[in-house]
Amino acid sequence: MNPANYILLSALLFSIGAIGVLVRRNAIIVFMSVELMLNAANLAFVAFARMNGNLDGQVVAFFVMVVAAAEVVVGLAIIVTIFRTRRSASIDEPNLLKY
Amino acid sequence: MTEILPAEGVFSLLWVLIALPAVGALILLLGGRRTNTWGPYLGILTVVGSAVIAIVMLLAMMAEPAEQRTVIQNVYDWVFVGSFQVSFALQLDQLSIVFVLLITLVGSLIFIYSLGYMAHDPDRRKFFAYLNLFVAAMLLLVLANNYLLLYVGWEGVGLASYLLIGFWQRKPTAAAAAKKAFVINRVGDVGLSVAIMLIFITFGSVTFQDVFGQVGEASEGTLTAIGLLLLLAAAGKSAQFPLQAWLLDAMEGPTPVSALIHAATMVTAGVYLIARSNAIYNAATWAATAVVVVGLITIFMGAIIGSAKDDIKKSLAGSTMSQIGYMVFAAGLGPIGYVFAIFHLLTHGVFKAGLFLGAGSVMHGMNDGVNMRRYGALKGVMVVTFITFMAGYLAIIGIPPFSGFWSKDEIIHAAFERNWVIGAAAILAAGITGFYMTRMIAMTFFGKKRWEDDAHPHESPAVMTIPLVILALGSTFLGMALLFWGDIEKWLEPVVGYESVPTPLPTWVYIVVTLVVVIIGAIIGWVMYARKEVPIEAPHGSVLTRAARQDLYGDAVNDVLVVQPTYRTADALTTFDNKAVDGFVNWTATFVGDLSKRLRRSQTGFARSYALSMVGGAIVLLVALILVRLS
Amino acid sequence: MTGGEVGTGEAIVFWVSGTLAVIGALGMVLSRKAVHSALFIALTMINLAILYVANSAPFLGMVQIIVYTGAVMMLFLFVLMVVGVDASDSLIETIKGQRVAALLMGIGFSILLIAGLGNGLLETTSVGLDAANSANGGNVEGLALLIFTDYLIAFEVTAALLITAAMGAMILTHRERWYPRKTQRQLSQERFAVGEHPGQLPPPGVYARHNAVDTPALLPDGSTSDLSVPEPLRARDDVREVDQDDIEGIRRLSSGSSTTDKGER
Repeated sequence: MNPANYILLSALLFSIGAIGVLVRRNAIIVFMSVELMLNAANLAFVAFARMNGNLDGQVVAFFVMVVAAAEVVVGLAIIVTIFRTRRSASIDEPNLLKY
Repeated sequence: MTEILPAEGVFSLLWVLIALPAVGALILLLGGRRTNTWGPYLGILTVVGSAVIAIVMLLAMMAEPAEQRTVIQNVYDWVFVGSFQVSFALQLDQLSIVFVLLITLVGSLIFIYSLGYMAHDPDRRKFFAYLNLFVAAMLLLVLANNYLLLYVGWEGVGLASYLLIGFWQRKPTAAAAAKKAFVINRVGDVGLSVAIMLIFITFGSVTFQDVFGQVGEASEGTLTAIGLLLLLAAAGKSAQFPLQAWLLDAMEGPTPVSALIHAATMVTAGVYLIARSNAIYNAATWAATAVVVVGLITIFMGAIIGSAKDDIKKSLAGSTMSQIGYMVFAAGLGPIGYVFAIFHLLTHGVFKAGLFLGAGSVMHGMNDGVNMRRYGALKGVMVVTFITFMAGYLAIIGIPPFSGFWSKDEIIHAAFERNWVIGAAAILAAGITGFYMTRMIAMTFFGKKRWEDDAHPHESPAVMTIPLVILALGSTFLGMALLFWGDIEKWLEPVVGYESVPTPLPTWVYIVVTLVVVIIGAIIGWVMYARKEVPIEAPHGSVLTRAARQDLYGDAVNDVLVVQPTYRTADALTTFDNKAVDGFVNWTATFVGDLSKRLRRSQTGFARSYALSMVGGAIVLLVALILVRLS
Repeated sequence: MTGGEVGTGEAIVFWVSGTLAVIGALGMVLSRKAVHSALFIALTMINLAILYVANSAPFLGMVQIIVYTGAVMMLFLFVLMVVGVDASDSLIETIKGQRVAALLMGIGFSILLIAGLGNGLLETTSVGLDAANSANGGNVEGLALLIFTDYLIAFEVTAALLITAAMGAMILTHRERWYPRKTQRQLSQERFAVGEHPGQLPPPGVYARHNAVDTPALLPDGSTSDLSVPEPLRARDDVREVDQDDIEGIRRLSSGSSTTDKGER
């Protein structure tokens, strides 16, 4: 089996995450789809690190994890704040940028 | 050969001649209402001052020998651009001095007359300011030593004429008449400016000395073109056919204006132009012929129109048109006629001014009424006016020894020197002159009273009658004075040239025939208007009479040829601007608005739609990358 | 499991974990209830951790489980509880054409990506991390060396980012008190001012026969008080039916008759 299969798996997970962002309306589930996309990218990094034979890919994946964690923190805080005022967790609700 | 001398001694005051009225105009216009009380007197003083200086210069000039009478004074280096060099320089010679004297002396008399005539007008000061402006511009015109400076004066008199015709600017007819005069003059001015351009191209200079010296080197075609263009200019300014329509309307202005501008001076500027450019016309015979034809047509047009008008001023205007036609006609005859054109110009200036001022006096007494059908039997009431008017009348119809006889008969004689047909035409026109002038005095001074109920005719005050008397003396004696004592032919010969060609019949024959025809015309006029009752309502009249009342349909022709097409073009352009240009601009605006309306629908406000477009973009990128890799 | 080529063991691990990961991802996208999505993605993450370990990244695998699944997903669940664990998406799509376009684009995207990547990676060899891992005495040491030397600045900046994120979250969720806190007296007054049932909701009470939380309390006249069952259970229709014998007994008791099996009162 080709170690490139990991990359293809990562691509598949990424696409599923993208579809999730486009199709779901609950803000938290959209956020989870974004997390899925980040994880898929991490898998690709790790696989490439193994294929290239140095640890740089793993370091980057590590940093991605850290940043994703920070992003989740702030993003969820925002969702909570919006929920407090709007009483709704749908991302179709705030459409003030509509023409 | 004529020497050109620099201006020394009394001639160094040449520029003062123009400066005095110019400064007067400036003070009166800029000073405004503060100068209202003493303004008119200042206005008169400036012209009188110029007249005095002119007389002194004449005496000085007469003391010089004939070859040394031309002086040039360079006031200021005006335009010096590459090869185009024109100075603000004044030239005084025998031709210009007679014009200067006519303008300043007759002008002074008319100014004094205006003091009385405009006594009750609140804008009197402005009137004198404009009159001063006119005198300054006219003096500049006749004293210029080059065509460009002449053009400045030319435009200046056009402007002054516009301001003065439309003096009572709140009267719509006056404003329209002023505009008409200016526009028709402009057509002539185009002729003059193109002529100056042609002159510069052909001769490399616009100064009279240079141009007239090099006439022999230019082609006849060019000279003919220049001559025709100058004729166009003269026709505009002197109200000759085809640009004659403005003169009759110009009678809307106050009577002194009609006297000064439209009888004595401005309308003679065209004749001056042709006489000054005699070298060109001598070399371009076709142009000279055109001048003769134009003059002849105008003689008859003016006479016919003058015969049918009931308005005294319009009748005199028709007469002016006709008499200037005589002058232009004479100028076109070449060296045999130039001198007499100028001679008639001088005598006509005096007697026509007298006639106009007399008409003004009559109007003043008849509550400013101009309809001759409402006059009648005024000779007993306005004696001085009557006598001075009769002097002018006898001068204009050419009864010896009055001044008009001498000048007009010389013209007729010169006509016969060229061709008996035009001579006979000139005699016929003289007869018609006798007819309409007799008609005028018969309707005004003789016959029965046809006054309106509120008319109290009275003699005018002395400030108005004294100039009338002086002009009447001029009408009587000026002709003989200029011919015998002044020797006008010898005087003007160095400038315009003089020839005399023998005629088939002896001179006295022509004189007698002319007198007979004139007297016949006068008798017909007397019979029709002094013997018979003059109806107060104008009768229907013959075809010619009705045509003459409509100025021989001159206005109608202008309307069809020029005015309506101009309106049509303006309408078309406006419509084009509104529909096409505005339409296009509005269409682009609507188009942009429409496009925006459609495009903004993509801003749904939904985060997921935006995410969709992001994925779309990512797909495009991917495709591009793959294609690049594959190729 | 280490080394360049993929052995059979690793292949089996890949296929099992990979499939489970995909199932988890699909489950997350397709579940109706939010909590189910959270659990599915946790499944995916754990399987990814297994795959990390299979790719000679043991440290990363552990960090994935501890930090990502353990902390981040728990954070998600907490927020879900705040936001409304019972809120469920309706199946109707409100934006016209979004679902179709999303599916098309998503599937197109995945096909393009997989095909492109597959095409590009056909002839690749894998070096394997044996050498790199043993160069510094282990995977963790190797990572530490890289982090603290080559990627030091990234590390410092990420640290600052974490601090900022924590501060940001605190500020965003901070509830500014605009009015003074209501005292107990005020709360009590408000409760009574309305005029409805002021007190606590009835517990199982005197006539209770059972004290399970989903059994409603019995009132003296034999009817049940639904208020005594907690709301989530009521919302789920999880209220237990009361025994008819119990109700008869209550009636007898409350009517004052002495027909008890114990004798007089």
